Amino acid sequence: MFVIKWLAAYGRYLQLMGRVMSLPERWRMFMRQYVREMGSLGVDSIGIVLLISFFIGAVICIQIKLNIQSPWMPTFTTGYTTREIMLLEFSSSIMCLILAGKVGSNIASEIGTMRVTQQIDALEIMGVNSASFLILPKVIGMMTMIPFLVVFSIVAGFIGAYATAIAGIITPEDLTVGLLHSFNSWYVWTSIIKSIFFAFIISSVASYYGYFVEGGSFDVGKASTNAVVSSSMLILFSDIFLTSMLA
Amino acid sequence: MIEVQHLYKSFDDRDILIDINMVFRDGQTNLIIGQSGSGKTVLIKNIVGLFTPTKGKVLYDGRDFVTMNKRERVMLRREMGMIFQSAALFDSMTVLENVMFPLDMFSDMNQVDRVKRARFCLERVNLKGAEDKMPGEISGGMQKRVAIARAIALNPKYLFCDEPNSGLDPKTSLVIDELISGITHEYGMTTIINTHDMNSVLGIGESILYICDGHKEWEGSKDEIMSATNEKLNSFIFASDLLRKVKEENRPPSPL
Repeated sequence: MFVIKWLAAYGRYLQLMGRVMSLPERWRMFMRQYVREMGSLGVDSIGIVLLISFFIGAVICIQIKLNIQSPWMPTFTTGYTTREIMLLEFSSSIMCLILAGKVGSNIASEIGTMRVTQQIDALEIMGVNSASFLILPKVIGMMTMIPFLVVFSIVAGFIGAYATAIAGIITPEDLTVGLLHSFNSWYVWTSIIKSIFFAFIISSVASYYGYFVEGGSFDVGKASTNAVVSSSMLILFSDIFLTSMLA
Repeated sequence: MIEVQHLYKSFDDRDILIDINMVFRDGQTNLIIGQSGSGKTVLIKNIVGLFTPTKGKVLYDGRDFVTMNKRERVMLRREMGMIFQSAALFDSMTVLENVMFPLDMFSDMNQVDRVKRARFCLERVNLKGAEDKMPGEISGGMQKRVAIARAIALNPKYLFCDEPNSGLDPKTSLVIDELISGITHEYGMTTIINTHDMNSVLGIGESILYICDGHKEWEGSKDEIMSATNEKLNSFIFASDLLRKVKEENRPPSPL
């Protein structure tokens, strides 16, 4: 029963994506929506990305210094480990999990409210492909902005790590040596590529849940929760495949 | 002209509409009336294509909407305007942007002409000065008028209104009724209005279809409805004390 339900939902998701991936009817309107979505989904998330990344960067640095670093280990271990954690997992996967909560619920509730207040019906009556008009700019906007958010997150994490140096937990010199040790720029690209996949998952799954809401405000809330849970699960599963493919 | 022929609609083996036949004529206000749950909204959603009929035809000037391909449907939809029960304005856009939306999407006018047309439509519904307001900042009656302005922006041939007076006071309802009726006659549109408001029925009901439990029960005009002999229709329209008293006062004296 569960498998049939899951397959039906997956089929509906694919059908919706089929409608979404069509050329915009009016490029002028698409561009207007696209810029708006880049602002509301990307630019408006910069603050939270910077804040969380700064503190996580600082905390990772402190934890490594206090719990891993020993006289038997090179002095650059803390900086090196902080860099690898930020680059390989935090700034792509964990940051996208956080964004699944913020952006995913935003998208699901916005589209869900449009559904229950008949705004989507109004678009359909006018002859507008409502799926493409509403969802495509969100998906493309999110996929455009996520690489910037990843880079901001990495940089903010490193600034956080340097803040611990100011507090005297580690010397700035050791941290710098660690951050630069055996640096492989492919890791940055890995992070960006992974995040683009995750951005697609967040925006399309949340849109799916919002688009098919039936009922009222209670159901919009439920759809919003389901969107966050499902996109988080999908991010975690796809992270395993993407990491092994890109490693 | 819109013609509905032998229309059936079922959901999970539950029949909602059963063999509905009706002709909705140009240049007049066609009303669909009935109790809540009688199938009015399902009927209008079948006519505009938000639902697909289980059986039957919906003909727009002879063109069957049910069997049309996707492209033909899209083209026909551009000849339709609809006013929803909740007004369904786009809440992220201003009043002017809402009215301009169909023009932005489908017209080849330049920006200046689109703004001019949208302002004209807003003036037509007496909403001059509300252009920059957001839908959440205006009253329910004003929202309905914006919805009317948006619906007529592209000069549609067919206008659909799903309970346009719901949630409005009697005076504002009258204004909305007069607006819809005026626009219908002015542009010669085929207008279909779903309502259970008896003031609308007696005020603008040039052609009335009464639906009960998914069946067509009665068809006539506002002049005929007060003297109709259909029992189900009478129990619907004379459910209100006021109308019952009006009928009793107008009854001819008994010859005995």
